[in-house]
Amino acid sequence: MRSFVEWLDTHAWSTALHESLWMYPLIESTHVLTVMLFVGMLAMVDLRLVGLAFRNVAVSHLTGRLLPWSVAGFVIMIATGVLLFYAIPVRTYESVWFRVKVVLLIAGGINAWWFHRRVQRDRTFWDNHPKPPTAVRVAGGVSLAIWAGVIVCGRMIAYNWFDCDRDPLPFVMWMAGCVVEASM
Amino acid sequence: MFETFDRLEQTWIGQTIRESLWLFPGIEAVHLLGLAMLGGSVLVVDLRLLGAGLTRATVPAVLSSARPWFLGSLVLMFSTGIPLFLSEAIKCYYNTSFWVKMCALAIGIVFTFGVRNRIAMRRDAPRWATAMVGAISLMVWFTVAAAGRWIGFS
Repeated sequence: MRSFVEWLDTHAWSTALHESLWMYPLIESTHVLTVMLFVGMLAMVDLRLVGLAFRNVAVSHLTGRLLPWSVAGFVIMIATGVLLFYAIPVRTYESVWFRVKVVLLIAGGINAWWFHRRVQRDRTFWDNHPKPPTAVRVAGGVSLAIWAGVIVCGRMIAYNWFDCDRDPLPFVMWMAGCVVEASM
Repeated sequence: MFETFDRLEQTWIGQTIRESLWLFPGIEAVHLLGLAMLGGSVLVVDLRLLGAGLTRATVPAVLSSARPWFLGSLVLMFSTGIPLFLSEAIKCYYNTSFWVKMCALAIGIVFTFGVRNRIAMRRDAPRWATAMVGAISLMVWFTVAAAGRWIGFS
């Protein structure tokens, strides 16, 4: 894995993207602004699942009509996110925040998968219910918490407090996979 | 005008944030959470005004349900955005994106409460009017967000 990101770092395009005057900020801004589409639409669905919004609208109508917008946002997020990683591969790979973010992304995927399995099982019973069953409300709440965590971690990648070259705590160094260079 | 910004930069809130390693990023992260919620609560209504999204619910029903979340995120945005501004008021004074954002924000608030929400609550509003209002709202709030992001690049 490390050799892979180090190989990416040698690409001329990676350096060009990182140092570009307009492309990097444009991709970065697209990545940030798409949060309104991806997490924004998802949050509306989650709030319905928790029972805090659109209580008079069927859950299936929200998932059917809003999730496609959210998925479109997610695709843009992944595409721009991959480019941002490509521009600064080694530092991002060694970022604690990035690693926590990836773990949360996987957790978000598992939560969504679990939720959809449950939905397909007995949604007809609570589709029009203003306050869905506990398990559904928990899935909605967990989703809100996970994606909030992803946003916070994503923002924190930009700061360098825990970077390997700043000698973080041993625990952080281990989490970030810092390579300790021989001192002699 | 510059004197005012200079004084705002000297407030204890601004100084505290500037002197802290964590405060600015922390407040900024919460500002971003507010952006996601603001985006969702604006989009869901504007999409409906444009004839997309929750079409099985009426426009007034969608607006009524989204409004508390819009107001809540607006409060969150102001309560985090003002401290961020106080910590770098002079930088903002010289920053074009900041002024673009403030103008768009003023237009957005006046338009949303004065025009968009009023038209959305009327059941007899013609299709072209609701669609136009939805499109303008999307553009104005997108400008606020994009200009906001761009403050950090200059």
